[in-house]
Amino acid sequence: MSSAATAHHTSMGLDSRKMAFWAFIGSECLLFGSLISTYLVYQGRSVSGPTPAQILNIPVTSISTFDLLMSSLWMVLALAAVQRGDMKWARIWLLGVAIGGLIFLGFQFYEFSSFVHEGLTLQANLFGATFFVLTGTHGAHVAVGVLWMLTLWVRALQGKLGQEHAITVEIAGLYWHFVDVVWIAIFTLVYLLHK
Amino acid sequence: MEQSQVAEHPHPTAATYLRIAAILTIITVVEVGVFYVPAFHPVMAPILLTLSAVKFVLVVMFYMHLKMDRPFFTFLFGGPFLLAAAVMIALLFLFGVFALGR
Repeated sequence: MSSAATAHHTSMGLDSRKMAFWAFIGSECLLFGSLISTYLVYQGRSVSGPTPAQILNIPVTSISTFDLLMSSLWMVLALAAVQRGDMKWARIWLLGVAIGGLIFLGFQFYEFSSFVHEGLTLQANLFGATFFVLTGTHGAHVAVGVLWMLTLWVRALQGKLGQEHAITVEIAGLYWHFVDVVWIAIFTLVYLLHK
Repeated sequence: MEQSQVAEHPHPTAATYLRIAAILTIITVVEVGVFYVPAFHPVMAPILLTLSAVKFVLVVMFYMHLKMDRPFFTFLFGGPFLLAAAVMIALLFLFGVFALGR
């Protein structure tokens, strides 16, 4: 993509793609802020079970949290590799990020399946409705991130991703890290501080 | 526009990224430890919220490069983030979450 190699600067001297993406991330803060608020407002107000204390699996979620944190490390290592033109390691780290995301989604699929098996559905109670919408929206963001990483990985394999496209990888990284920081908040507010 | 205005500070090295990852891992282990140790339960919320905030700031500052990037990006992110936090706190007060004292 030759256009990616071209500088796109605003009159402020900022890269316009990066500026637009930070604005998008800002809007995502409001989206997740509203979903987390809704979860917290209705926390402990379900009239029937299952309740968070009965059903949340902290050990499993701790492992998936660690997996997502490590995928963020691999993302910055991928960016560093692209910036120095080391495309072999860029491919390795990008694939690592995608696999890390897939592992996280696997944990989430396992969690959702076991919850449904234990009677927690979207319609079961307020906890189920707010929990599935919040964590499901986050999971959908992870899935988009995985597709994005795989796209970058394929482009790198094809030789179409080089040092001159570092900004493309950096923007993908911003998205991935944002998904990670949202999970940092969810892990604490939903899982560790449950009522 | 002068090129110097476009340029950013250099990104951290791989060693810095690894140190941040180690700190994030340690904080996560401490968080889970605090959750399981009954002695911490009376002060669990402030401890976990503080640890979570430290992780959040580390990722945003170093992995998302806000620490070394142009300040306008901090404004673009920080503005909506603070608005979201304010709306969240306002909603929790409005719905009596803090007043319930649970």
